[in-house]
Amino acid sequence: MPILKNIAAIAKGMSITFMEMFQPTTVENYPDGPGPLRGAKFQERYRGVHVLQRDENGLEKCVACFLCAANCPANCIYIEAAENTAENRISGAERYAKVYNIDYNRCIFCGYCVEACPTDAITHGHGFEIATFNATNLIYRKEQLLAARPAHLGANPVFNSAEVAGGAPAEVAPGE
Amino acid sequence: MANALDFGPYVEIENGKRVVKELTYGNPTPEGVVLTTVDNVVNWMRKNSIWPMTFGLACCAIEMMSMGASRFDIARFGAEVFRPSPRQSDLMIIAGRVSNKMAPVIRQLWEQMPEPKWVISMGACATSGGVFNNYALVQSVNQVIPVDIYVPGCPPRPEQLIYSITLLQQKIQAERGTIKRALNLTS
Repeated sequence: MPILKNIAAIAKGMSITFMEMFQPTTVENYPDGPGPLRGAKFQERYRGVHVLQRDENGLEKCVACFLCAANCPANCIYIEAAENTAENRISGAERYAKVYNIDYNRCIFCGYCVEACPTDAITHGHGFEIATFNATNLIYRKEQLLAARPAHLGANPVFNSAEVAGGAPAEVAPGE
Repeated sequence: MANALDFGPYVEIENGKRVVKELTYGNPTPEGVVLTTVDNVVNWMRKNSIWPMTFGLACCAIEMMSMGASRFDIARFGAEVFRPSPRQSDLMIIAGRVSNKMAPVIRQLWEQMPEPKWVISMGACATSGGVFNNYALVQSVNQVIPVDIYVPGCPPRPEQLIYSITLLQQKIQAERGTIKRALNLTS
């Protein structure tokens, strides 16, 4: 009876389809997931939006040496340096980056700036939701890139908190 | 945060809720209950059926294909139907670098797409030329066609592209005067 054979063959084939219904789903839950990443799963090494780190006193690690800008293959980092003074101390060394812009229109997230940095000031975070309607929004300023101040801020009396509070990054920038 | 600066993609509205800054523009005066309701319905249908064009220019197309495949399933947004003809597609994803030779082709493809149409500039090369600052490439595709959303990255991960599609959905939903334009009633 060929018809019975055919039915058996179809049942065998469909049984695989049926069993697949009980397998775990492979679809990423990205925009609907929990947490700040909204369900996106990244490796630890993922290179997202940069974060400018602070040292344990809340001072900026960046000393404006321009090595990251020199290493950038896309020329997307713009820095203006300024001298630290006793009243206005921003970084731990002599100079600090008064302006630190990264043009994410051009940045290719290669990580050469992170490798070049002698003070480990610039790092890659996991921020990835930076698509925008307006290309000028993609030029990120230092205030958007800086890491949030540590909880024990105030440990350093010369730390100029007024200026940083004026440009407090926290919510828009890196961690999200 | 109270003294957050006025830049970045988001702006805060009441109850600490954040919205994308570019979506808060628009006509605050209601045009009437019927028209706005019909607008909302039409926008809702449009935003849940964005059909992209099968159009890859370079390595970003790999991530675009990945977005269409089963792991990052854009069928969840109704955007999985990649159309090979510009006459059937709503969305053009410029996935890759745009060479000077390709620019008129992109322009013609964009002109062949029926209204309403949207453009996503995907990756650093399409957005600004990226590392290829040379004579062969158009520095930014918005010199050729108008771009709705810029997605940075080299190439952007599928999540970043999905995020841009959700942004585009918000933009479509925020549109006003849809039905008037569709019925050719605008002055």
